[in-house]
Amino acid sequence: MAQRELATKAKNTWCPGCGNFAILTSIKTVLKTLAEEGTPLEKIVIVSGIGCHAKIVDYVNVNSFYSIHGRVVPVAEAIKIANPELKVVGFAGDGDAYGEGLEHLVFAAKRNIDITMIIHNNRVYGLTTGQYTPTSPQGFKGRSTPQGALEHPLNPLELMLAGGSTFLARGYSSSLELLKRLFREAILHKGFALIDVLQVCATFFNMYDYYNKKVYELKDHDPADFSQALAKIKEWDYNSDSPIALGVLYKKLAPTFEENFLKPAIDPAERSRKLDELLKPVRAMA
Amino acid sequence: MASFSLLIGGKAGDGINQAGLLLSRLMSELGYRIYMSFDYQSLIRGGHNFSVVRASAVPVSACREKIDFLLALNQDAVDFHSQKLTDSSYMIYDSDSVKSDSVKGKGLGLPLSKIVKEEGALPIMRNSCVMGAFWKSVGLEWEVLERVLRRFIPRGIDLNLKLARRGFDGANQMIKLESLPQVPLPVFTGNEAIGLGLIKGGLRTYVAYPMTPSSNLLHFLADVAENFSLKVIHPESEIAVILMALGFSFAGEKVAVGTSGGGFCLMNEGLSFSGMGELPVVIVLGQRPGPSTGLPTYTSQTELNFALSAGQGEFVRFVVAPADAAQAYYWSQVALSMSWKYQIPSIILSDKEMAEGAFSFEVASVKDVQEQGHVPWNRVGAYNRYADSETGVSPLAFVPDKDAIIKVNSYEHDEYGITTEEASVTKKMLEKRLRKEKPLAQELEAYDTVGVYGKQDSPTAILCWGSNKGVCVEVAESLGLRVVQVQVLAPFPVGKLGVALNGMKKVISVENNATGQLARLVRSYGFTVDDRVSKYDGRPFSVDELERELGKLIKSS
Repeated sequence: MAQRELATKAKNTWCPGCGNFAILTSIKTVLKTLAEEGTPLEKIVIVSGIGCHAKIVDYVNVNSFYSIHGRVVPVAEAIKIANPELKVVGFAGDGDAYGEGLEHLVFAAKRNIDITMIIHNNRVYGLTTGQYTPTSPQGFKGRSTPQGALEHPLNPLELMLAGGSTFLARGYSSSLELLKRLFREAILHKGFALIDVLQVCATFFNMYDYYNKKVYELKDHDPADFSQALAKIKEWDYNSDSPIALGVLYKKLAPTFEENFLKPAIDPAERSRKLDELLKPVRAMA
Repeated sequence: MASFSLLIGGKAGDGINQAGLLLSRLMSELGYRIYMSFDYQSLIRGGHNFSVVRASAVPVSACREKIDFLLALNQDAVDFHSQKLTDSSYMIYDSDSVKSDSVKGKGLGLPLSKIVKEEGALPIMRNSCVMGAFWKSVGLEWEVLERVLRRFIPRGIDLNLKLARRGFDGANQMIKLESLPQVPLPVFTGNEAIGLGLIKGGLRTYVAYPMTPSSNLLHFLADVAENFSLKVIHPESEIAVILMALGFSFAGEKVAVGTSGGGFCLMNEGLSFSGMGELPVVIVLGQRPGPSTGLPTYTSQTELNFALSAGQGEFVRFVVAPADAAQAYYWSQVALSMSWKYQIPSIILSDKEMAEGAFSFEVASVKDVQEQGHVPWNRVGAYNRYADSETGVSPLAFVPDKDAIIKVNSYEHDEYGITTEEASVTKKMLEKRLRKEKPLAQELEAYDTVGVYGKQDSPTAILCWGSNKGVCVEVAESLGLRVVQVQVLAPFPVGKLGVALNGMKKVISVENNATGQLARLVRSYGFTVDDRVSKYDGRPFSVDELERELGKLIKSS
């Protein structure tokens, strides 16, 4: 199966110049590589929410679960718990993961469940045509905030670090090789992994020029060092004009949630016997 | 005494529910069939809690207004319930907390609080002491009491027995309660019976967020998880609950969730996804009075409309409302089976009275349910998750399968599972999903979707659903009426209801809601409902109350 074509017959409907293409190309490359290295494609399940990002499951020909808005994480968690042999990769937008479904993300990190979340963070609602999101800069003029967004953005990586995530990284849709490295490392990481991808929406919030000036790849950074990770994560708050670090920000190993559910299903005959024992009359007639 | 009622009352934290269950088990041990109702408030400590145990020679699942034995742990228990006593009733009370001048009729006061202190025991152990006194008062042997307490008190049995003995020795025999020549049956709550039915039906995973009256189902399954190799998960919200369930379903695990109306509201988007994605899931919906938070710990039958129509869009669902432990055990198996065979959501409508009430349960009285799996993929050709078929049911493959790519989609999709907006595909796929209702309804013809009880040749029928079946049957027997219980609510058993109501001159519906949800539903299928008896104060009908209400309606016709 490793050689099978990873494209589906679905017609791609992303806008020209959309940052999602980079994520699509990267994940396909990484899945092929993983297959060659011994993780067969049938053991991959990809899950998405609703939004432009989510179409990715229609475009990659592997097992997939096209979920509803904000609800990628609980589905991915359940699939992983049901069968820990599977590699479960969730794709979610910033509205999806950091808005509607934020609670799930925090809890998945808290559980350190072994799933990978790839966030297409374009900092705007694309499919609903341009409203501000939890990571839009303050003052962002969207269709629901024509006078400018009143709120300060959320720093999702800082929140996820506090939440207990054991792998945190930031990517950029114009740094293709880095994206591939990050996706691979995140999928192979045993524990909850999140990659916040600065994925540019060419139509509603074109940040290419801005990001090209600000991003840099981490060097001499120790991702095992919590304080260093926190400092790098806080360097840019998704609002200021600070430099924007790309790469693995934090990584550590910890017990994972799904390990608690490894017991195989009960044999039906044993189940019947135990039920009979519970249900039988208290005692025969005296 | 062929039938009698026993009430134990105290404050929250006194262990009244457990005491009621123990008393139920004691009565079972003597061969009685029991029903226990537990009345409590939404608080942890204080307030007033009471359990009513009805014991009878024949199966019962409703309470009476009068109480034959009152076990009072505090003054409230006397003040609130002494009007329910008759001339022949008997009361045992804690003389340390009940004023003796408030005790009417025959009674025995024991200094329970003092005894507990003397024995170095916890206040909650007053229950054992009062039970010992009761046991002696009704002329029963110590050995039986000891045997039952040993079986059901998990911790501190020696101390509990010591206290029971002090109560036993401190009382005098007042009457002689006879054992019945019947096999003693185990006692289960409705929630436990649902859990056992789900296990019997092959449940692998249960996901729930606590909410009365379904929390005890979560607790029960968590307690037996190890024994039956279940995964029991309590995640962050009901939204996570239903979405996790859909993930487990996708992975091929038989899964159920449990909640009440408020939690079910949060699950609606996931329920609709179950319909679109054709992901089997069983939802246990325990009813309590609303709207909104309502009366969390009381009972109602207000979610029938909601269960039938919840979730956006049109999709097939199986909705069933069991009345008691036996029906709960049976229908829970069927619900799991139908969900998987037809890849649809099933809703088990329970209510607080059924879910937290306890019943004598005779497994031999429950018909066998054939565990039916899903339709498996025949492994020929390319796999299409949503392959069209005559029945609308698509064969299932599960991850990981080296020959199948399995794509599930919440959008309208083609047979492979890819999103579509094509008019022709949209129409075809919607029709495919809806087509499943016909074979499901046909299959249900073989099940008792409508129960008929009481006097068969009566020209008057009581129409009911859910936990009211028990009280209706008991009243029908004394008034000479027929009882028709609609057990399956979707797909609606029009044919069977037609047979059940055939020739009836008068049909009276009995429901625990204000608007007559079943009556309205039944009328929408062209049936006549002449009168309604409604109760919507959060309390179940007592036999006496329903008898009076129905008596008035029958006399007036």
